[in-house]
Amino acid sequence: MRWNRLIGLMLMLCMMCGVAQAEQVNKKQIKGLDEQVQAIKRDVLSISTQLNLLEEKLLYPSNTYMAFFVSMDKGAKLSPDSIHLTLDNKNVANYIYSYKEVQALREGGVQRVFTSNVTTGEHNLKISVIGKDDGNKVTNSGTHELKKGIGPQFVEIHLSATGVSFRDW
Amino acid sequence: MSTLLRTLILAIGMFYAAFACAAAEQDSNGLKDLYYGEALYYANQHDYFSAISRLDTELAEYYGLDQPEKNSFHFYQDHAEFDVGDFELYYRMYNRASRAVKLVIHGNVPERVRNGAIYRLAKIYYESQQPRDALATIKTLKGKVPDKIRYKEPFLRAQIDIETGRFKEAIALLKKIENAPGMVGFAGYNLGVALLKSGKQQAGIAELDKVGQLVSDDRAVQAIRDKANLVLGFRLLEDKQPAMAKKYLDRVRVTGPFSNKALLGAGWAAAATGKYERALVPWTILSKRNVTNKAVQEVMLGLPYAYSKLGVYGKAAVLYGQSLQDFSNEIARLDASIKSIREGRFLAALIREEIKKDPYWVVHLRKLPKTPETYYLLDMLASDDFQSSLKNYFDLAELRRKLKHWETYIGAYQEMIKIRAAYYEPLLPQVQAKFRILDSKMKLRLEQRAHLERRLKKMLVAPRPDFLETVNERRTLSQLDQMEKSLPPGADPKIQARIARLRGVIIWHVDTEYQDRFSKATKHLHELDVDVKRLRRIYHSFVRTRQAATQSYQGYDKELTQLSIKMQQADDTIKQLMARQGHMIEVMAINELERRRTRLEKYQVKARFAMAESYDRATKAQQAKVIEQSKKKDAAQEEEKVKKAKKAEKPQQTQTPSQAKESKKADK
Repeated sequence: MRWNRLIGLMLMLCMMCGVAQAEQVNKKQIKGLDEQVQAIKRDVLSISTQLNLLEEKLLYPSNTYMAFFVSMDKGAKLSPDSIHLTLDNKNVANYIYSYKEVQALREGGVQRVFTSNVTTGEHNLKISVIGKDDGNKVTNSGTHELKKGIGPQFVEIHLSATGVSFRDW
Repeated sequence: MSTLLRTLILAIGMFYAAFACAAAEQDSNGLKDLYYGEALYYANQHDYFSAISRLDTELAEYYGLDQPEKNSFHFYQDHAEFDVGDFELYYRMYNRASRAVKLVIHGNVPERVRNGAIYRLAKIYYESQQPRDALATIKTLKGKVPDKIRYKEPFLRAQIDIETGRFKEAIALLKKIENAPGMVGFAGYNLGVALLKSGKQQAGIAELDKVGQLVSDDRAVQAIRDKANLVLGFRLLEDKQPAMAKKYLDRVRVTGPFSNKALLGAGWAAAATGKYERALVPWTILSKRNVTNKAVQEVMLGLPYAYSKLGVYGKAAVLYGQSLQDFSNEIARLDASIKSIREGRFLAALIREEIKKDPYWVVHLRKLPKTPETYYLLDMLASDDFQSSLKNYFDLAELRRKLKHWETYIGAYQEMIKIRAAYYEPLLPQVQAKFRILDSKMKLRLEQRAHLERRLKKMLVAPRPDFLETVNERRTLSQLDQMEKSLPPGADPKIQARIARLRGVIIWHVDTEYQDRFSKATKHLHELDVDVKRLRRIYHSFVRTRQAATQSYQGYDKELTQLSIKMQQADDTIKQLMARQGHMIEVMAINELERRRTRLEKYQVKARFAMAESYDRATKAQQAKVIEQSKKKDAAQEEEKVKKAKKAEKPQQTQTPSQAKESKKADK
């Protein structure tokens, strides 16, 4: 009986200690955990980089690699709502823009809208963009003949209120 | 890319000329590398993980190139190193960002670059609440700074000075940049705070007053203006200058982030001067706001207090009653919240993907059913520790989501490799065998062509017409030689002369047509070049295709297995960290909610007493009123009687006997 009471008391004390520990969060604990979070971020970033490199090597060999990028002038007024891409008369990409994405383009960012493998030779790229310019609805389209060589092929699709322009990289 | 490699690259790569050149090119000629632009695209959306990952990938590819200077990324190489540090800072990877910046500082770099890096490092320390380290770092900054941080650098220096109690230095710095572009309001506010903290009361008030009157459409400036007025108002309230305080508190916008405190302060300022009826206006507005706010809870006691001071005890008692009810409801909600947090619903609600797509997710989180604790999130976020812990938790959840997603990639890649191997492995040996035959033929032809070219070159110096004989000519000459040899000794000289003449004709033609033939031969060789070029192109294309086919399935197994193991390990670590971070958040949230509960319980006690007192006073006032009214009534009746008595006395003097009889009857 005495033992039972003692064990009960000890258990209670242990629980109290546990509760006391759980209820306190100090700066040192926060900092320690934060450093561990930073370390795991570093590890996952390294995995991501390795995966990116692997993906480019495995999925997009340089001789067939083709990518289309969308850009806009810094501070442009055009606000694209959606973009539609066809390559050799086949639908290859449709994209609807969020406000954040439009802002990111306006601030000088470039969006990789489509990545694929294509054969060397000539290809036809068609773009149509629906958006707003100063509140007015704008529909622009453009066609680009591109010649895929033996190396990777990049095309920049530049959107502006006046139309769509292309640049081969 | 390994950290060591990164480190080396950073140390070697920071050349100012290239940096300045890249910066200039970026500004004047637009974008020079699409992938750098892609990293910016992510960074502009605050997706710093993707931005860092993109730049890391590009840098790793760039440094793996044989001729990196031919790659368009070389325009941004130095920029990218800096940007990675910057993005890491935004992604709260302070340790890695500070290590990268330290390498720049200690590297052989020009002054502006070093100063830019010192600024970044000091900022890292300041933001991670290490003001002493920030001060020691910023003190090493000497000379010119990049234009981008021309005003930001003294501003940061002043902030660090304020934090470390060096007010005099802070004041001197802030005075210089008070009206600098981008600093309007912010420098002034900090200057005011520094002046107040250094004991220069009047100057501080004047400075904050100036900031408090700024006119701007910029929301940030409007917020700092409100903050200046609020700080000033409460400072004057503490100094027992309520009339002055009210002036500043009234300037704060009624809808801004500081409006609740301002309304509360404005009420107290009016109450302090005894003008309780004026306190009623801001307090009534505030009392209708969200009950979770501390200022609103305080005003729930303040408003009935003002009414009681105005002698409206009944209204005060009713309001105290309402407050008691609200406090009880709030305590019940707090209890439910604490229970819900302990059951783990809080963390589950926080990481719901669809919620964070909404920019006002913190506000809308309040509407989530079955998670009452989310109602208090906005207020909890006021604490830096809670905020950073929550951000870490979100980041961990996001990392876990990414890892889970990538795991499916690994499986798909492995399958893809298997399919490719099954397709190419039987084909490649046959292709390879045919290729070897073609390869040897091609080599032979190319050797022949090279031989011809060499010969033609030599013929430019030493003409050899015999090399340009046609097949027929060569055959005829050979026949003539044979005929000559077959002639018996003493043969007819006519025949010999004939053979010599025929040979002479051929040699004549060959010699006289030498230039023409040489030109034709050169032309034919050039024509052959076109075919050789085509052949070479096909050859290289074949080599590349064969290489691509082999590389499409060979050498990935080890890499994929390693990646898979790394992912698994990272996932395990994240799971543990999430559990610990989540527990920490829960404890912090529960502590905060319990603090609120304790405060509300105290408010409840106060409200109960005050309500009882108000009822008491209201009852007493009521009784006093009743007594007063009955006294007034008695007095009025008395007066009436007196009047009647007086009236009665007058006619007795003049009445007739008949009238006297009637009067007696009436009296009876």
